[in-house]
Amino acid sequence: MRNVFFLFSFICLFSGSLLSQEDDLLSLLGEEETIDYTNASFKTNRVINLHSLESTAKGVLDFKIGHRFGTLNGGFYELFGLDNASIRLGFDYGLTDALTIGIGRSGFQKTYDGFIKYKLLRQSTGKRKMPLTVGVLLTSAIQTLKWADPDRDNFFSSRLYYTSQLIIGRKFNESFSLQLSPTMVHRNLVATNAEKNDVYALGTAARIKITKRLALNAEYIYLLPDQVASDVTNSLSVGVDIETGGHVFQLHLTNSTSMIEKGFITETTNSWSDGGIHFGFNVSRVFTVKRRKID
Amino acid sequence: MKNLVIVLTFLFVGYASVNAQTKYFTKTGHISFYSDTPIEKIEGHNKSSTCVLDMATGKIEFGALIKGFQFEKALMQEHFNENYMESTKFPKAIFKGQIDNYNTIDPSKNGKTNVKVSGKLTMHGVTKEVTTDGIITVNNGKVDADAQFNVLVADYNIAIPSLVKDQIAKSVKIKVDVTLEALK
Repeated sequence: MRNVFFLFSFICLFSGSLLSQEDDLLSLLGEEETIDYTNASFKTNRVINLHSLESTAKGVLDFKIGHRFGTLNGGFYELFGLDNASIRLGFDYGLTDALTIGIGRSGFQKTYDGFIKYKLLRQSTGKRKMPLTVGVLLTSAIQTLKWADPDRDNFFSSRLYYTSQLIIGRKFNESFSLQLSPTMVHRNLVATNAEKNDVYALGTAARIKITKRLALNAEYIYLLPDQVASDVTNSLSVGVDIETGGHVFQLHLTNSTSMIEKGFITETTNSWSDGGIHFGFNVSRVFTVKRRKID
Repeated sequence: MKNLVIVLTFLFVGYASVNAQTKYFTKTGHISFYSDTPIEKIEGHNKSSTCVLDMATGKIEFGALIKGFQFEKALMQEHFNENYMESTKFPKAIFKGQIDNYNTIDPSKNGKTNVKVSGKLTMHGVTKEVTTDGIITVNNGKVDADAQFNVLVADYNIAIPSLVKDQIAKSVKIKVDVTLEALK
């Protein structure tokens, strides 16, 4: 009996000392699940012309220079479009991580534009699983060209354009992201009765990351039939993103001249098939205006 | 026989109480890193690091989620996760080490002890030996552990592109500052 007790006590002590020499101390705390948000679906908040799933981070000012040369079919006389250029300068600012505002000015049709973009859902895994990122974009534009016909009654409201867009997408893996952008462009004034004031379109865009600092982008915007003038074409753009520290350089080929929604969605008249392709670039430079608090 | 039972009971109770008091932990440890170059200062802070210290054996372990590091500049944080640490592929950094002179610490008495810690640091899929000096401070049942050491970025297969080689230090300082409570 005595021996049994001794044996028992030894076993207890031995197992006790074993316990205290456990290999993995951290496992004592258990795994605490966190919400793991998906980041960097696209390199910047634009795919090419379309707004991407990404927002400008809180307190960050993003200076955008957009540039589209003339079309390649201008031939050697126009140096394949390099003699002409259209520019948009803009500033985007992140009020919060979900809310971005921006303004810009395009040379094309002398247009001022502003937008507000809000992230409704953020793709995440872990404690909260969310398969998609969903954002909403509202833009307005004021075209300030001289009136085409100064003799008729011209109203300021005729210069205004509005766009509402949902941005729904997913980063499928480290390299591939895809988004859909159902869009409605409202134009206060259109040229003929046959054209609709409200134009519906479906944009789609994808990104393939080649290396950590290089990505391929493509976007296509399908216009539903019988809404716009017959010479308007669907916008198709392909390009590369090159990231160098605080800059992102986007180089692309596109058949759209305008860099704002009402323009590249409803006013693209060039076509890839006859060489109506612009070489262009966007340069994005971010400045941290307000440093983040580390909590 | 009776005596034996009493002795055994004492042994059990004694063991249990010793066991309860030897392990200390935190889930809100502060681990930070600093990359200083004349052009750019970069620092990231993780204030939800975990740590468990066993006073009976001198073993100490740390865990930190890479996505838990916060930066003043959002773009730095994105680049840290996307381009350098690849946090989706390698979500966690772990250190498993041993305090060499742990038996000179008396957790029941307030006071400071200079210690030497050696162990293995795993991050970005690479495990390397790390040795550092540290300070263990016992303060009313709580244990502070502080240390500071340098790691070479290249040791952990983290490539710095030539374009930003002047902005990012080749040797990065890591600071550890945790306050541990008794683990029950």
